[in-house]
Amino acid sequence: MLKMTGIGKSFLGVRVLRGVDLAAAAGEVHAVVGENGAGKSTLMKILAGVHTPDEGSIEIDGRRVTFGHPVEAQRSGVAIIYQEFTLLPERTVAENVFLGREPGRWGLVDRAAMESATAELLHSLGEESFGPRDLVRRLSVARQQVVEIAKAVSLNARIVVMDEPTAALADHEVELLHALVRRLTERGIAVLYISHRLREVFELADRITVLKDGALVTTAAASTLTQAELVRLMVGRELDSYFPPRAAQPPGEVLLSVRGGGNARLRGIDLELRAGEIVGLGGLQGSGRSELAKALFGAEPFTSGEMTPRRPRTSREGITAGIGLVTEDRKAEGLLLGQRVRDNALLVARATGRGQTEVDRLLERVRLKPPRSGQEVRSLSGGNQQKVVLAKWMAVAPRVLLFDEPTRGVDVGAKAAIHDLMRELADGGMAILMISSELPELIGMSDRIVVLREGRVTGELPAGPSEEDVMRLAAAS
Amino acid sequence: MTEHVKQRRVPARVTYLGWMSSDRPARAVYVALILLVALGWVLFEVDGGRFLGLENIVGIQQRSAALGIVAVGQTVAILAGSLDLSVAYLISLSSLVAAEIMAGGDAGVLPAVAAVLAVSAAVGLVNGLVITGLKVHPFIATLGVALIIRGALDWRYDGPAGSVPASFQHLGYDRIGPLPVSALLWAAVAVAAWFLLSRTRLGHRIYAVGGDAEVARLSGVRTGRVVIIAHVLCSVCAGIAGLLLASRLGAGAPTVGTDGGYDLESIAAVVLGGTALAGGRGGVAGTVGGVLLLAVLDSVFNQLEINSFAKDVVRGVVLVAALAIYARGRRTK
Repeated sequence: MLKMTGIGKSFLGVRVLRGVDLAAAAGEVHAVVGENGAGKSTLMKILAGVHTPDEGSIEIDGRRVTFGHPVEAQRSGVAIIYQEFTLLPERTVAENVFLGREPGRWGLVDRAAMESATAELLHSLGEESFGPRDLVRRLSVARQQVVEIAKAVSLNARIVVMDEPTAALADHEVELLHALVRRLTERGIAVLYISHRLREVFELADRITVLKDGALVTTAAASTLTQAELVRLMVGRELDSYFPPRAAQPPGEVLLSVRGGGNARLRGIDLELRAGEIVGLGGLQGSGRSELAKALFGAEPFTSGEMTPRRPRTSREGITAGIGLVTEDRKAEGLLLGQRVRDNALLVARATGRGQTEVDRLLERVRLKPPRSGQEVRSLSGGNQQKVVLAKWMAVAPRVLLFDEPTRGVDVGAKAAIHDLMRELADGGMAILMISSELPELIGMSDRIVVLREGRVTGELPAGPSEEDVMRLAAAS
Repeated sequence: MTEHVKQRRVPARVTYLGWMSSDRPARAVYVALILLVALGWVLFEVDGGRFLGLENIVGIQQRSAALGIVAVGQTVAILAGSLDLSVAYLISLSSLVAAEIMAGGDAGVLPAVAAVLAVSAAVGLVNGLVITGLKVHPFIATLGVALIIRGALDWRYDGPAGSVPASFQHLGYDRIGPLPVSALLWAAVAVAAWFLLSRTRLGHRIYAVGGDAEVARLSGVRTGRVVIIAHVLCSVCAGIAGLLLASRLGAGAPTVGTDGGYDLESIAAVVLGGTALAGGRGGVAGTVGGVLLLAVLDSVFNQLEINSFAKDVVRGVVLVAALAIYARGRRTK
């Protein structure tokens, strides 16, 4: 029914997909798996008309299609259910399902028809716990998902893409979702199912397609694979990049420790960070890595557990306790893009009224090139922007520095500079926690690696584990 | 049997206001209104006046009508995720257009009304096009249009101009039984807007665009068109208010809109009625309650002869307190 051939796509000169083929038959559940950044989401967004492919073709029922807009994909029978929902929380279920194509004549909306059609849809999906007049805002995440699916069905979708549908669901809700997926396939709908949870993949999928680094690894019937084989297909790559040598001395005193830390997204976190070491934090998207960093820092604080230094309740408390956080999204959370390098570098120092304010020294330490403090941060390259973020923290000399994806969107040269700098800071007695979705970076930089899954620590690995070791702890089995 | 099942799945919600709109803060504003009326009644009894007397009620309705009509239009714009700061000057402009064309003669009434509607629709169209086409923030776009109208008015007029025939003054002063014609006009505008918002496709799309423009776009809604139409409707409401004020004054006046503070006051009434300033949530029922609340408050103050500065202070406190309560209610849910 669906045939994608030779799909390629680049963003800003970086190839994220090349020559990927994907086919799906009516009534099939086809899982698409791969590491973070393997290109799954991009592939699905191409299918849904959000991105246009640079090369390759899409055929539906043997007819070649090109989508310039998501609505065109919808008309061809492709519906995508995103990780973040595309519902209006303040409107009712029926209003959401029929948004943009309300039934009725002469511009009037036939509410009764709309609501009974929605009730029928929900009924056919086996959903009895809410009705068409309920406000979406009042529904749980799982039920909102049912609304999304009902919308897809009402659009006569024949190909339904689900991107990590179970990431935010509790176990019993996952069961319900799976039952729903089976109902869809009984209607002859092809379901493309993206998930990190390998157990689910084996439970549901008829076929599995594995992507790695933007390329197709294989497509195979689920019955011919084992979980171990699948993990091996997803990872396994040469460690070819250079990383600075690890610490010569054993780590020093404990600078930060948590016992049983928890909040809405995290449970029972035990963690120690020592002077002089870089601890890698591994895990899949949505496993709670960023949430843990923000909890340690105080931006999204722990609500339970013991911590030394005292559990910060706000970012400001975190900073005064000597903790810094280099956020994942530096443009939104790390920098004031429209202001000068100088003002950004001194942001934390000025806000807390402490630390050093000699900008030139700071810029020299982080090797900003050229070290001009007067330019707008917006005009800098990604690597230089990240160095300004580092300068911001070095101004207040934290004892613990948390890095969330420190080299995302940074060119190779700046990447090495940032790696060197991180090691230099650790050697100088700082404790560093580093989140990275790039396994080579995680493995190459870390003195040990703590792995999270679904908000819990699932294990700890010594320096230099294999990628498979990390993936095994990160993916549910 | 099937009947039974269906009823269970589609539970009918019958509340006082449920049939008017599904916005819940509207209920809160009516509760506040009732409390305020009760308070006013007590104060008047002590003071020796008659709060619920015909004179007073008629007075409240009459004072509310112009603001009410503007606020209904403002509700449409705000629900669509926009906002209109140009309504006050547009009201002045409309009153002048009406009075100049009528020029005291009965023959001019129909052309004048048509001209006012056309002029205000055109202003709304400009607002909408500047916002959607030139991508200017609604705040600035409508402020700019407001300044342009003000400049034109100041250049052409120093004071009241034109005149309105006696026949047209019926609109501002007559009553049908106990009900002023102006209040009936307000009610008609409000009911029309309610019908539009809750029963038509356009209404549903206004809520969708204001709720999340991207979601609406991905569902195939032409978001730009929706915003433009919302602005045209908002401006036409301001034009109608201008007609009403011209009828009341007997002439057009270049400051009638700004003296009444209809721009900010209409926005205050809308948010007081529980409509989200960001758009997508709320409705006309709340706005009507908000306008009445402000008018009753006024009337109580007048009777107690409280000076107008204290009046403004209390109005400010009421507005801020109401929004804080709404915010709190939403957080705890």
